[in-house]
Amino acid sequence: MDLTRTEVAARRRGAAARFGLLAAPVAFFAVFFAYPVAAIVARGLKTDGTWHLARIGEVLAQSDVRHVLWFTTWQALVSTALTLLVALPGAYVFARFDFPGKQVLRAVVTVPFVLPTVVVGTAFLALVGRGGLLDELWGVRLDTTVWAILLAHVFFNYAVVVRTVGGLWAQLDPRQEEAARMLGASQLKAWRQVTLPALAPAVAAAALMVFLFTFTSFGVVQILGGPTFSTLEVEIYRQTSEIFDLSTAAVLTLIQFAAVGAILAVHAWTVRRRETALRLVDASVTARRPRGAGQWALLGGVLVTVAVLLVLPLAVLVQRSLDAPGFGYYRALTSEDGGVFLVPPIEAIGNSLSYAVAATLIAVLIGGLAAIALTRRDAGRFVRGFDALLMLPLGVSAVTVGFGFLISLDEPPLDLRSSWILVPLAQALVGVPFVVRTMLPVLRAVDVRLREAASVLGASPWRVWREVDLPLVRRALLIAAGFAFAVSLGEFGATVFIARPDRPTLPVAVARLLGRPGDFNYGQAMALSTILMVVCAVALLVLERLRTDRTGEF
Amino acid sequence: MSINVKRLTAVVVGLGMVGTLAACGSSDGGQGSGDSKTVTLVSHDSWAVSKDVLAAFEKQSGYKVDVLKDGDAGQAVNKAILTKDNPQGDVFFGVDNTLLSRALDNGLFQSYEPKGSGTIKAEYRVDQDKHRVTPIDTGDICVNYDRKYFADHELEPPKGFDDLVEPQYKNLLVTENASASSPGLGFLLGTAAQYGDTGWEGYWKKLKANGVKVVDGWEQAYNEEFSGSAGGKKAKGDRPLVVSYASSPPAEVVFADPKPSTAPTGVAEGTCFRQVEYAGLLGNAKNTKGGKALLDFLISKRFQEDMPLNMFVYPVTEGAQVPPEFVKYGPQAKDPETMDPAKIADHRDQWVKSWTSLVLK
Amino acid sequence: MLLALREATVRFGGRAVLDAVDLEVAQHEIVCVLGPSGSGKSTLLRAVAGLQPLDSGRVMLDGHDQAGLPAHRRGVGLMFQDHQLFPQRDVGGNVAFGLRMHGEPKRRQAERVQELLDLVGLPGARRRAVAALSGGEQQRVALARALAPSPRLLMLDEPLGQLDRSLRERLVVELKELFGRLGTTVLAVTHDQGEAFALADRVVVMRDGRIAQSGTPLEVWQRPADAFVARFLGFENVVEATVGTEAADTPWGKVPVPEDAPQGTRTLLVRPAGVRLVPADVGLRCTVAARTFRGTHVTVHLQPPDAPRLEAACALRDAPETGDEVGVEFDAAEIVVLA
Repeated sequence: MDLTRTEVAARRRGAAARFGLLAAPVAFFAVFFAYPVAAIVARGLKTDGTWHLARIGEVLAQSDVRHVLWFTTWQALVSTALTLLVALPGAYVFARFDFPGKQVLRAVVTVPFVLPTVVVGTAFLALVGRGGLLDELWGVRLDTTVWAILLAHVFFNYAVVVRTVGGLWAQLDPRQEEAARMLGASQLKAWRQVTLPALAPAVAAAALMVFLFTFTSFGVVQILGGPTFSTLEVEIYRQTSEIFDLSTAAVLTLIQFAAVGAILAVHAWTVRRRETALRLVDASVTARRPRGAGQWALLGGVLVTVAVLLVLPLAVLVQRSLDAPGFGYYRALTSEDGGVFLVPPIEAIGNSLSYAVAATLIAVLIGGLAAIALTRRDAGRFVRGFDALLMLPLGVSAVTVGFGFLISLDEPPLDLRSSWILVPLAQALVGVPFVVRTMLPVLRAVDVRLREAASVLGASPWRVWREVDLPLVRRALLIAAGFAFAVSLGEFGATVFIARPDRPTLPVAVARLLGRPGDFNYGQAMALSTILMVVCAVALLVLERLRTDRTGEF
Repeated sequence: MSINVKRLTAVVVGLGMVGTLAACGSSDGGQGSGDSKTVTLVSHDSWAVSKDVLAAFEKQSGYKVDVLKDGDAGQAVNKAILTKDNPQGDVFFGVDNTLLSRALDNGLFQSYEPKGSGTIKAEYRVDQDKHRVTPIDTGDICVNYDRKYFADHELEPPKGFDDLVEPQYKNLLVTENASASSPGLGFLLGTAAQYGDTGWEGYWKKLKANGVKVVDGWEQAYNEEFSGSAGGKKAKGDRPLVVSYASSPPAEVVFADPKPSTAPTGVAEGTCFRQVEYAGLLGNAKNTKGGKALLDFLISKRFQEDMPLNMFVYPVTEGAQVPPEFVKYGPQAKDPETMDPAKIADHRDQWVKSWTSLVLK
Repeated sequence: MLLALREATVRFGGRAVLDAVDLEVAQHEIVCVLGPSGSGKSTLLRAVAGLQPLDSGRVMLDGHDQAGLPAHRRGVGLMFQDHQLFPQRDVGGNVAFGLRMHGEPKRRQAERVQELLDLVGLPGARRRAVAALSGGEQQRVALARALAPSPRLLMLDEPLGQLDRSLRERLVVELKELFGRLGTTVLAVTHDQGEAFALADRVVVMRDGRIAQSGTPLEVWQRPADAFVARFLGFENVVEATVGTEAADTPWGKVPVPEDAPQGTRTLLVRPAGVRLVPADVGLRCTVAARTFRGTHVTVHLQPPDAPRLEAACALRDAPETGDEVGVEFDAAEIVVLA
């Protein structure tokens, strides 16, 4: 009898610890994600207590819905292919070459990823739209064509590929390729036989991420595509917010849910493969200055691509914000404007920062706990499923979440509709996946026996975490926090639904300013966008300084 | 066990910290319409009022006014309907004649006839038997034109709907998606009012053949495509005709520095569709007394005269004066197209659907 | 008994990695668990440390059942195979870690760190980064760290495993002296018999999760319990034999056995020193297949016709060349009949 007691006690202890760690993330997602989304879907598909599941078939039978599905899928596929095509050389250059300004540039290419689409859409129009660079040089305009959407998707997701693939590429031991060459493989063949297979899971993971982001693309399609192009996400927005056909919106939400769930399942599978034993080395030893005309040309090509595709649109934004003499638009931001916000627009900076700090705290707490729980070796199938579940908010329409908040968080003790905490909560929902994805690989890389060594020396599990894990993951934690911070700063879709009018965030303020006629409103929108861009860039630059050799996917 | 207790303590402390933050925030957030000293107005993003005017109401009535701006006009209405059982405020302002039926059919409002309703001009009055909504402001959706373009090209700006399909205006007009944008829908309804329930489709076929461009929202049409607006000039917009508001020209003056002597844009008066915005007491309002006082205030002379320069709309009451610059740059259309909200309700969805397949596909 | 294991069993999947192990360690005793990799010896340490829960059985320390007691409250020390020094702390920080966990005051910590660094021969290393240490230095720091909280039982997992031979031989002597001086109770595991015999008061040989033999180094060396232990100790001349009163029948012919040897079908061990080389026309005729230089002597591998190879130990100058034909005779004093 006594013999089994030991075993049971140990197992129970493990389960209790896991439960304790997961309780907060599970509760967070249940209350602030699953429940609101379920509520809004139920509102659409359930009347007087009965479910109308036949609506699913009816909606799917509509030719325009099928058209939307088809467009959503093919544009995502083409966008993903284009992004890989354009960004993989960039990933190589960032991984293997040393050149001055590399850190700054890596921060710069990440800026679009965290900027709100409303800002970027406007900036991007300046490149491919009327009077844009292409128009002036060759009279080519791409706005309201599908090309504008595709290019903007490349613009947005360039960083995903560069960071995910480049991050791993930089750590692949070059001696493996050298070994293949010593065995008689040509340079190309060595790359194909040795490097490519090692990179393949990372490329697949990046491609799936890009596919997810473009499959659920909203702002870009809406601003650049014009009314003729519509993704599922755009259609959900229209059905919910404009046409107010909640049952169609609910069906579309379910469809998108299924698609995103499938993408995430494949992603989780490839990520797990990516973590299989690869021989990794410190990234700093694999990069060197380019040698020979070919390598210099490659570097040059990548730099030109980055300049034209990523820097130029942002530069136009800055230039337009400076059009008024003596920083007129910037000065105008400080004056009280009773119209749009009830407060001087400049206060949006303070609002954004304080919301982002709160959102970051929540995201790091929730994401961190989830990552710790997921690191445990005894994590079962259920827990690993939770890993993918945490990513779901990235693929669910902000309007669904926003409307869901509205009808589900309206009763005590969760009467949060008019509380400011709703904004950071919604932003944290988007931040958590980044925190988990950044911290998980680092936590998994911590040698279990290091923890055991501390334990045997008398450290309780909590002390072990503080004394061993925390110092090792501190930089990853900071990076995760920084990413959550930047993502919160740029979050627009959900924030615009729930931010109070007297406390607008930067993206919300930009959108509102753009929504009014007049030179000063437009100029101030550009000025605020520039400020937002600079804040994001600074945050990312700080991250670059902290970058460790093993910092996850982003 | 004690390990887990410690770990749990850490989690609880962490959550508690967030909770404390929330508590700090809510104390200055001024929430809770359950407090009868506070009355909450739910509106759309365009809501605006001068500070002193609102302060005077607060002082006189003893209520503190909380404003919740809940997205654009359509979103605000939809959200109000979604939350009608447990509304976010007491009064809703901002449902217009194109969406009025949606609000009424869903039972959003309760009856109340504000004091001073008698001053409201007869042409704007609706729902006279139940008094669920009160008209507050009006405005016209009209084609705006870029004065400079037409002067440079020695071309007469268009005057009415018929002109827009003429060859000299080919590829000049940009409008908005009628299913997504309130001016876009207004313009469509204007053509339906002009050409009849079936005739509008023929008109739009010609408009399409004459190169009308449709973008998703007003922001893109006005700030990106239209050559006459400040934003459009920067964006090198090349469409000198845009579907916007009759009040857009004064905005181009008021928000410019230095202010020009004449507005850079003008209004094609024969293309206007009249929009009326209504307010009402929400069905399950917690502070009905305060809500009623607020509705009284919305049709008071003080507020009616304050609206034009804040929201770029016209008053609906007799005797309310409109500021001179407003009259000068943005006169109200003399003979706009109008349509009965009941008729709009009957046809809106079908027309938008036909329009979408006719123009966008 | 300081430490007692009672039928301690650990299963991974269906396989028993520890299979009903009984083991006792007395106060001040140094016990070395010797076994090939996979024999379960590391799992044994982890089970005692509380890092590996038992599937059944008991671990007792000072007579108290340790069931359910987590690692950090068992008061035992464990030195890991590859040291596992904390990379983000300096030498002093590593050594002080356990003291900090036990809430020692700062001054006491500093004194104790200095004391231990002196003890392991690194008096000036306190501020050094662990990454800058050589393998031997790391191993000393790991030892100092494990000793610092004065654990009632110190466990060493392959303590000298990664070090080069000369260092290993020097350190094993130092360790033995040190533990003797401090009166430390030690449970070490290793796969290296030389290390085990040099360090231990008592050697425990493990095989497939079970204890194959336990005894003083001399006992184990002189009388291996079975063929497995004999082979593991490096003896090659192990065969099945039918033992009679004076001699045994083996594939090598008649081999003399000690007087009190048990009779019947037995396993027979012939130590290399018991294989005497004689001229080719005397005794068992063999060909020299290979020679291995051992420093103090030469191991000669002999191939008799139709029988397993024999290993013989020769003085340097007597060793025959590869290919030479020699004769072999056996010395009863160097022959052991195994159980």
